[in-house]
Amino acid sequence: MSELRYRDALKLALKEELSRDENVILMGEDIGVFGVAFKGTAGLLEEFGERRVRDTPISENTIVGMGVGAAMVGLRPVVELMTVNFALLAFDQIVNHAAHIHYMFGGQARVPLVVRMPQGAGHQLGPTHSHSFESLFLHVPGLLVATPATPADARGLLKAAIRDENPVIFIEHESLYGVRGELDEADERPLPFGLARVAREGGDVTIVAVSRMALTAERAAELLSAEHGIEAEVIDPRTLRPLDLDTILASVAKTNRCLVVEEGWPHGGVGANLAALISEQAFDDLDAPVTRVSGADVPMPYSKPLEEIAFPREADIVSAVLGVSGVAEASR
Amino acid sequence: MSDTASGTPTKPSLPEPETAREWLATMTLIRRFEERAGEMYARAKVGGFLHLAIGEEATIVGGARALREQDYLVATYRSHGNAIARGTPPERVMAELFGKVDGCSKGHGGSMHMFDAQRRFMGGYGIVGGNLPIAAGIALACDQRGTDEVTLCTFGDGASNQGTFGETLNLAALWRLPVVFMLINNQFGMGTSLARHSAVTDLRRKGESLGVLGVRCDGMDVLDTHNVVSRALARVREERHPLLVEAVTYRFRGHSMADPEDYRTKEEVAQWRERDPIPAFSDLLEREGMLTVEQREQLDREAIARVDEAVDFAERSPFPEPHQLYEDVYVLDEQVHGHYHADDESHARRLADATVGSPPLGGRSQ
Repeated sequence: MSELRYRDALKLALKEELSRDENVILMGEDIGVFGVAFKGTAGLLEEFGERRVRDTPISENTIVGMGVGAAMVGLRPVVELMTVNFALLAFDQIVNHAAHIHYMFGGQARVPLVVRMPQGAGHQLGPTHSHSFESLFLHVPGLLVATPATPADARGLLKAAIRDENPVIFIEHESLYGVRGELDEADERPLPFGLARVAREGGDVTIVAVSRMALTAERAAELLSAEHGIEAEVIDPRTLRPLDLDTILASVAKTNRCLVVEEGWPHGGVGANLAALISEQAFDDLDAPVTRVSGADVPMPYSKPLEEIAFPREADIVSAVLGVSGVAEASR
Repeated sequence: MSDTASGTPTKPSLPEPETAREWLATMTLIRRFEERAGEMYARAKVGGFLHLAIGEEATIVGGARALREQDYLVATYRSHGNAIARGTPPERVMAELFGKVDGCSKGHGGSMHMFDAQRRFMGGYGIVGGNLPIAAGIALACDQRGTDEVTLCTFGDGASNQGTFGETLNLAALWRLPVVFMLINNQFGMGTSLARHSAVTDLRRKGESLGVLGVRCDGMDVLDTHNVVSRALARVREERHPLLVEAVTYRFRGHSMADPEDYRTKEEVAQWRERDPIPAFSDLLEREGMLTVEQREQLDREAIARVDEAVDFAERSPFPEPHQLYEDVYVLDEQVHGHYHADDESHARRLADATVGSPPLGGRSQ
């Protein structure tokens, strides 16, 4: 086992897939010469050349659309958008084209495309540069959505995304690029989609946490254990579509309480979605309503003290777990 | 025709008589097909939107016949004729309009979303300008593989105002992609005339600042269209640099079937109809001794008969079964994990409750 940063694990996956399959190409803004804002592709241009690692102009909709077209005739493009915020400019190609081409042409065309991009708040970038959008993509049938939280998952899921025959929205997190984690470099197998990771076992409450929130939830779970004697089971779905609902339901059957944590907005969010699914399918297992911890329902403010309280922290999760466990008042 | 990118204009010569008659036959087939599709729409056999290409047949056939089998064609939401010109049986196109399982897109696409992978007809696209990046992506793949395959991408004058027009032409020129952007200037973006929607009305020049030179052809003349597009494709294939071809044409019918056509005069339409590309080319072939009056009539009868067969086929073809609602959303391996749909439970119920065989056309009276 070796310890790699999240960004290096992603780069390792790209390098392995570029080496394995000559149909894999990378396209994105400043991924080559400049080496990307987050340095996730540094060195790949030198190794694989400018025909396979392509710097693009700032034209998000067209970059994604070209990835769609290239994928339809057999390439496996990995299109990198600098951040998820700019994906809004490419929404026509992502939704009307990438997601629907296989269906609307009666199965005659496939779009094995990966669109990867980081999301998230915490760097004082204000309303236009701090989004968390997994639920927007999750909404669309035809897309797959991956949200890796650890270096090992980032590598394994990116490899699976590149090999998948469907368009994959691969959502990284700006705050995770520097995070280290263990992985077995010799194990080049992709990590199949649709398998949740149980990050921490526990019998008292289930915390489903997405993207970076999986790490925040793990830390919150340690606080809950140390300070309140509550043992939380933390589940990172890893992919939202396909969704490993079975693992979540099995956990809820054991704990009878469930909390969903996400960085994005609450309306129509992952938590709303999971709360509905769990309530529909495991109502009898629940001793309390499924509870959500989400980003504040406001545009992301710039000012540090406001930003600090606009997305979930460990304390928010601890507080919500106490609430769902019926011990909130007593312990406050 | 004026020609800013290819040097001196040349007067096109006619192809072999058999080839010329095939072009005429295909234009006639598309015309008869579109007329019948309009009738079927009026009879509620066809739902949704229906955009007919009547008047634009020379651009369709002139463009398609400039391609080789291994080249790619990407079109718009007005693409029944593009599919037919590429060789898709009219039966499959009509069945798609009828929403039947034997439609070329199995009834999932409809009028705006024809497709024929086998014949490298890479789709009709419902979003104005949405097809340009896709065409460039196909060209990128061809270039990446070192083939000499080229892509022809058609779009309307209205699409030249979309962001994808500027973005795609710039990138295609920057990366020297083998694609010809064929701008079908039918004078209107839906109901807004060219002069009212584009500051630059000399559309052949609209790509110049993006590094894509343009040429113009007479889109009412299949011979000129074929000549100009052929030369553009040959140049693109050879020089590895995109070109724009503006085909000047006119649609005789409304933008779609739901178009009162208040934005243009009957006189204007009548003037353009005098240049109808089908009689014009028929007359030329007669004058040149390549077509007899009998052949001309015969060819039209054959087109009508072919369309009759297409309608019969579409009528006989079954509607999709309820289980096909969920088909082809995803490409799934045998071994998959997790839930791909949020409604796995309820969709099973929905299918069990569905009446098999005759779903109504959405929202329209029969």
